[in-house]
Amino acid sequence: MIDPIILFFLLGAVAGLLRSELRLPAAVYEFVSIVLLLAIGLKGGVELAKQPFASLLPHMLAVIAMGFVLTLVAFPVLRYLGRFTRADAASIAAHYGSVSVGTFAVVVAYLGSRQIAFEEHMPLLLVMLEVPAILVGIVLARGLSRETRWKSVAHEVFLGKGIVLLLGGLLIGWAAGPEGLKPIEPLFFDLFKGFLAVFLLEMGLITAKQLGSLRLYGPFLIAFGIGMPLFSALVGVGLGWTLDLSVGGTAILATLAASASYIAVPAAMRISVPEANPTLSLSAALGITFPFNVLLGIPIYYGLAEWVHTFARG
Amino acid sequence: MHSHTRKLLTVITEAALESTLVRDLDRLNAHGYTITDARGKGSRGVRDAGWEANSNIRIEIVCDAETATAIASYLREHYYDDYAMILFMSNIDVLRSEKF
Repeated sequence: MIDPIILFFLLGAVAGLLRSELRLPAAVYEFVSIVLLLAIGLKGGVELAKQPFASLLPHMLAVIAMGFVLTLVAFPVLRYLGRFTRADAASIAAHYGSVSVGTFAVVVAYLGSRQIAFEEHMPLLLVMLEVPAILVGIVLARGLSRETRWKSVAHEVFLGKGIVLLLGGLLIGWAAGPEGLKPIEPLFFDLFKGFLAVFLLEMGLITAKQLGSLRLYGPFLIAFGIGMPLFSALVGVGLGWTLDLSVGGTAILATLAASASYIAVPAAMRISVPEANPTLSLSAALGITFPFNVLLGIPIYYGLAEWVHTFARG
Repeated sequence: MHSHTRKLLTVITEAALESTLVRDLDRLNAHGYTITDARGKGSRGVRDAGWEANSNIRIEIVCDAETATAIASYLREHYYDDYAMILFMSNIDVLRSEKF
């Protein structure tokens, strides 16, 4: 049975393609994404309190390294196979090295509805993976030039909405603990899937809008938008297995690797690498990769994670 | 009632630029500005504010002619190439000249 939240995504996409009048007020979309970010943070924070920080450090470092590697792999492919300008290639690579919180929320819901357990510190890894790609992207586009205003880049990167809310949620969850969070649980945890459904409805509408510009940029971008996440997911599965994560955790790490950012990275790139064409990276990330991951990718990544774990056990 | 002529400088551009522009305006001696969300269509396609990467702002600045020219040329030099930005100026009458 297909998950109803996926049907909401399809509803949005179909409504968008048919040019329906439907649109979510910007404030509603903003609110829903704030709730989702906080909920993800809170949930991770509660679990974080239960484990010693030192035991998480290797995972965090490994994920940061993965963010660097994925961006560095994507760049030459885009530059030399795709023949994009240096700025465009760097910007698209940064999008694909970073993560999409929306996709993360969908994989969490996917595992939740199948009652598959996963390590609860995944939101922390989500935060870790968001940042390195942005830095690599800027350096790839600019070189280590003195002109880059690192102070404003850092501000953009670390004080963007996503990081502030995720980290804030983690800290609040960590400080309050499961008992302390009881009174706000109904909003953040019980309604999580409802908010996610509304969020995906809007994502469907946004995705449909990107498809128009995709026609302009041709088959390479479409192939990259599907090929890159598949490759990244393999890296993610490999890393999850190496780090000894559960099947659920491995599937999430694969999804994190496969997802492409469409909030934090576009904002940072717009400021730091303005000559990169934002339409290119957004139509790839939103027009192809997001729907691919949500509709097909996540089940594939879960299957891969399961396969690796059975295979490894012999 | 006595009125004074000032310039109204209107800039329509990407929301992503807001914080950078605000810093520029302060440095270029704008005494004040008004920012509103905007949507529309131009040479860089439809920008309908469906979500953050796709939204526009409109900045209105009332100032003397000299400041308006300084701001306009600064913006043209720094942002016209890479950002969706248009800018226009008009003469307006204000009552309290000391404010602008």
